[in-house]
Amino acid sequence: MAILATRVSARSTLAVLERDLTLYRRLWRASVFSSFVLPVLFLLSIGLGVGGHVGDIGGVSYLAWIVPGVMAATAFQMAVGECTYPILGDFKWTRGFHAMRATPVEAGDMVCGYLLYILIRVEIAAVVFLGVSALFGALRSPWALVTPLVCGLVALATAAPTMAFSAGVDHDSYFALLFRFVMIPSTLFAGVFFPVGQLPAVVRPLAYLSPLWHGVELDRAATLGAAPPWPVAAHLAYLLVFTAAGMLWAFHAFGRRLQD
Amino acid sequence: MVTTMIAARVSPARVGAVFGRNVGALRSGPAYWLVLLSGFFEPVLYLLSIGVGVGALVGDLQVGDRSLPYAAFVAPAMLAVSAMSGALAETTYNFFFKMKYQKTFEAVLATPVRPFEIAVGELGWAMVRGSLYTGLFLVVMVALGLAAPLWALAAFPATILVGLAFGSIGMAISTLLRGWQDFDLMSTGQFALFLFSGTFSPVGDYPAAMQVLIQLTPLYHAVELVRGIAIGQMAWGLLAHAAYLLAMVVGGLLFAARRLQRTLCE
Amino acid sequence: MSEGLARVCTVSDQPLIYARGLVKRFGDFTAVDGIDLSVAPGEAFGFLGPNGAGKSSTMRMIGCVSMPTSGELRILGMDPVRDGTRIRARLGVCPQLDNLDPDLSVRENLLTYARYFGVPRAEARRRADELLEFVQLADRAGSKVDPLSGGMKRRLTIARAMVNDPDLVLLDEPTTGLDPQARHLLWERLFQLKRRGTTLVLTTHYMDEAEQLCDRLVVMDGGRIVAEGSPRALIETYSTPEVVELRFGDERPADLAGKLAGVGTRIDPLPDRLLVYAADGDAATAEVHRRGLTPSSVLVRRSTLEDVFLHLTGRTLVD
Repeated sequence: MAILATRVSARSTLAVLERDLTLYRRLWRASVFSSFVLPVLFLLSIGLGVGGHVGDIGGVSYLAWIVPGVMAATAFQMAVGECTYPILGDFKWTRGFHAMRATPVEAGDMVCGYLLYILIRVEIAAVVFLGVSALFGALRSPWALVTPLVCGLVALATAAPTMAFSAGVDHDSYFALLFRFVMIPSTLFAGVFFPVGQLPAVVRPLAYLSPLWHGVELDRAATLGAAPPWPVAAHLAYLLVFTAAGMLWAFHAFGRRLQD
Repeated sequence: MVTTMIAARVSPARVGAVFGRNVGALRSGPAYWLVLLSGFFEPVLYLLSIGVGVGALVGDLQVGDRSLPYAAFVAPAMLAVSAMSGALAETTYNFFFKMKYQKTFEAVLATPVRPFEIAVGELGWAMVRGSLYTGLFLVVMVALGLAAPLWALAAFPATILVGLAFGSIGMAISTLLRGWQDFDLMSTGQFALFLFSGTFSPVGDYPAAMQVLIQLTPLYHAVELVRGIAIGQMAWGLLAHAAYLLAMVVGGLLFAARRLQRTLCE
Repeated sequence: MSEGLARVCTVSDQPLIYARGLVKRFGDFTAVDGIDLSVAPGEAFGFLGPNGAGKSSTMRMIGCVSMPTSGELRILGMDPVRDGTRIRARLGVCPQLDNLDPDLSVRENLLTYARYFGVPRAEARRRADELLEFVQLADRAGSKVDPLSGGMKRRLTIARAMVNDPDLVLLDEPTTGLDPQARHLLWERLFQLKRRGTTLVLTTHYMDEAEQLCDRLVVMDGGRIVAEGSPRALIETYSTPEVVELRFGDERPADLAGKLAGVGTRIDPLPDRLLVYAADGDAATAEVHRRGLTPSSVLVRRSTLEDVFLHLTGRTLVD
């Protein structure tokens, strides 16, 4: 019998966050590249290099056009990365979640605490990236200041279901499949590098399904000061619903895994 | 993971045993065929996204005296990258694990097998896996009309040379790595090569100093060689690129074997 | 010694653990098959049995990690299904497999864990230092966990289990896999805890461990409790004061059992030796020789829980 219900207490959630931050203080060096360096390299190679052959798109330079996309994609990829091996590791190798399970910390606290941790990591990366983008002159509207918040929402919407997935698998081989069949296609086809409108009509709905596309469009609307394809509220609602559903799935998956 | 108990004499039977072990190791994980095949999709996805998707924004590109669709420019580069990353995955991550943690090579060296033979044997498996990916990728290129069938066939041996070159260098690097933290450094380097070696835009776009720097790095030569053949632009200059890659094979293998000898046999 | 550590349980005299007809099934497999038990404050209580006897499943139910399939279970007077969180807040758990955080230091492991219980930071620091002193790891406080020996890791896990000043400490096979020296050090520390009035519940498949540490224990086999009592009482009930172990060169012990009929109170032929249960071991040995048998070795020893287990189940504990 699996427990469907879980409790979330602020105190326990913060205790889990505190643990993750303590770990981060020791291990942050390993993530500098993926969080800060890689997105900038992407901008240089694709934004400036390829952009030089593209000319303008939607009235702005190609660089200014992909900056918000790369930003959202970074949040998306960080969320996937941080919610795969580290989560499976805490179930399978170090058994950190089992250690928590013997205390008043509940599955819901573990999920929420870790989500907060991801949120903090992504906010830092997004703010740094925003600063670099400003130096490149790629921001066209003061609304750009809200992009870190959008990135945070993209990260939550991505992290919650990914955590649930990781809590449900028993072998890291599945991550290779997740990366290659979900993460990389999303990054490459959800409007980061070229408009989704160019996709064949049959696969376009797949891009709409990805939380990344909604984040890319919101971020792009903000940095360019233009209206997104759907009403802002619709994009936000999609991300929020995705987050909520992902969290429920994660509560369930954690509860089940900790039962055995 | 992989237990290569009998590694690498250069006899076909021994090499077959190494393959068997490596395939067996793959099979020990779940959904292994899917995992094996999925390695092939990554460069295809990049080709479709950047080559075709962004290519629609770029239009045609001037390469030498010819004008090329952007996708036809990117495709050979993705092919070279595929050969590189296939070979590196096997000879760095897996090779390092076997050397440092599984102590496989220590067990092998207790037999008449010598370090050089281990290096050659490991490279063999890396090549088979990498060639599977590059072969399939060439089929995709032909199917999308990005390469003529005959030129695609001619490019295949070039991808094997690229794989051998990076495989050898990968092994040499593995013998120098101190721990997992160094892999981060390595993947940084690998990714920088991926982005700037004339893969997505011609090297001529960059400032002169950067061009010189790029021309010193290996992926640039791999991309130029494979692209030259795939688009049927044969020139004597391709031999220079091939020579660079050949030097990597010889140098990498000798260095790896010497380091193995030193760390494991003394 | 600190007031916190020395605190005697405040739960008056109602049992800390109370179970009636407790059952745990995994699919078709019944791990725990209707057991009754009651553990009083201040007691050191043990579950003794071979691997697969149902000890760990019982412990996991007591730790409110696994839910009973049926039967009644009360921990600290509460219902584990409804009040799991509140119960766990007052338990200290030392699991069978160490699950320390390998990337944190020894001291950070304790601090982080204390925070899970909502212990304020300053108080957590004070307790961590005191507990590291107690488990003799103060000089390793800044070290990472990985380089610690198995015994040190286990002591750290025990310190971690004490960090919330628990009413009840659960130890699942605390010394399995440790070398003899590490085991004795660990026993000594657990004995100190016991002397301070901490209620200990432990599982073990080592007889000597059960005899050393437990005031009272149950012997489990196949998911059931087959005997209950203090180590001494169990030995008195199910065994004789002394046991003679006889080994013979090439002859099979079972073939010789007939010739020894009537010697001592009972005879158990094992594959490699023959056990003779007797009130007086020397007298029994003399009788063996009188019957013309010449064992290659003779060992007269005090009866142990191992003999109790053998008698109750017909099997040895550690195969």
